[in-house]
Amino acid sequence: MVEIALKKGLHTTEGAVDLVLEGSLRKGEFAAFFGESGAGKTTLLRMIAGLERPDEGRIVVDSEVWFDSSAGIDLPAAKRRVGFVFQDYALFPNMTVEENLRFALQKGEDPAIVGELMAMVGLEGVAGREPLRLSGGQRQRVALARALVRRPKLLLLDEPLSALDHAMRIRLQDELAALHRRFGLTTILVSHDPSEIFRLCGRLFHLSGGKVVREGSPSQVFVRERIGSSFRVVGEVLAIEPCEMVYLLTVAVGTQIVQIVATESEREGLDVGSRIQIVSKAFHPMIFKLSH
Amino acid sequence: MDETFFSTMVLTFRLAFVTTLILLLIGVPIAYGLATTRSRLKPLYETVVSMPLVLPPTVLGFYLLVAFSPESALGRLLEQLLGFRLLFTFEGLVFGSVLFSLPFMVQPIQAGLQSLPPSLTEAAQTLGKSRLTTLFRVLLPNIKPSLLTGTVLAFAHTVGEFGVVLMIGGNIPDRTRVASIAIYDEVEALNYAVANRYALTLFVVTFAILLLVHLLNRSFVRKV
Repeated sequence: MVEIALKKGLHTTEGAVDLVLEGSLRKGEFAAFFGESGAGKTTLLRMIAGLERPDEGRIVVDSEVWFDSSAGIDLPAAKRRVGFVFQDYALFPNMTVEENLRFALQKGEDPAIVGELMAMVGLEGVAGREPLRLSGGQRQRVALARALVRRPKLLLLDEPLSALDHAMRIRLQDELAALHRRFGLTTILVSHDPSEIFRLCGRLFHLSGGKVVREGSPSQVFVRERIGSSFRVVGEVLAIEPCEMVYLLTVAVGTQIVQIVATESEREGLDVGSRIQIVSKAFHPMIFKLSH
Repeated sequence: MDETFFSTMVLTFRLAFVTTLILLLIGVPIAYGLATTRSRLKPLYETVVSMPLVLPPTVLGFYLLVAFSPESALGRLLEQLLGFRLLFTFEGLVFGSVLFSLPFMVQPIQAGLQSLPPSLTEAAQTLGKSRLTTLFRVLLPNIKPSLLTGTVLAFAHTVGEFGVVLMIGGNIPDRTRVASIAIYDEVEALNYAVANRYALTLFVVTFAILLLVHLLNRSFVRKV
């Protein structure tokens, strides 16, 4: 059981913002902090780990008080049993993969867990390699395995998959889910990717401007918010050509360029460079499976 | 003559060696402190450490001379309490050189520590490691080029030091007469050949040391 109540004043580009979070997690729950960048997700995670100090609040993990401003308790990060996976992985360049994991052992601890974890995430083949000679996916696995060596009570993941390509992301999401099922670790994931949260998390805190604006299961939160019976995409107009009675718009959507037909009234007010929202009904889409 | 040359050279390098060793011991904690402090007084501390870079050596030497003279309160105290005399002794030279070469050791190490991503320290913390363990097992091993640069700069700078040494050490053969002072002395006496021997030796040794550093640094970089 994890109970969190935190408050911290932040100075952001949009002025002073109070970051506030109150909530609790059941043992073994996989939760997400979701929101735009600058919403305070990472700061919250860092406060839970003890890397940053809240102005006031309380953090209790398995009835162990980690932070309590009214009682003057503030356990340093080294005394909190957390596993933290940093966005840049923070692997120690002077140590091999195995040494990185061994470094995480506490005094007198059985080193057998190092081998077990390496086998579990498929790192035995690169045990003797330095982190700089690993691929992105391998680095991510080392960071995750290293965070698990200490048998943390709480696993904190700060956008752990954001630096990876799509296929690798999907694979690592599956691995994360499998590890979570296996260890039953209470986990908090910071992410701004709804599909990732959908795949992994049972619970979601949607943060905006430092506050939790919505909380619940991903389907509860996202369905009301973003999922409907139509596709909505945002794009930028690259070209407008008249074509018989209508207009042909060339629009950049993400990395794709599409051509769509627009009527005279829709075309009105649009210029090259305009940002537009395209809504299309999803009643009869064609679905193709992609192999990855 | 040969004996004098030899003993002067030994004294010069002994001074540089001892000074560098002491600087490594105190320079790492000072650099770590400066790199991690959040104190508002940080600019003040940095100024104090870097003063010797711009201060004429004779200024520092002069104040040390005044402070350590047996007539001053500090000099008397040192002599009575520790039986220690800093003026015109080897210990005094070491003290002056440590002060004077301090920035050459501290600045590269501080810059090296500050260039490491903060997440390395934070990762070590979340893995339950103390600051000391983090410093010795994570931070210092990852700034080997900076440590090497600091060590070599401090060493070379001490070998070449003249002003401070002359002010507080004088020119006592076998005790405080180092190569840079010997050169000056021999030139004054118009012994250009002897002066050249000292000068050439310093030149060659310094060149060799710096070359070695650059080669070593290249291998560090290549490894990374």
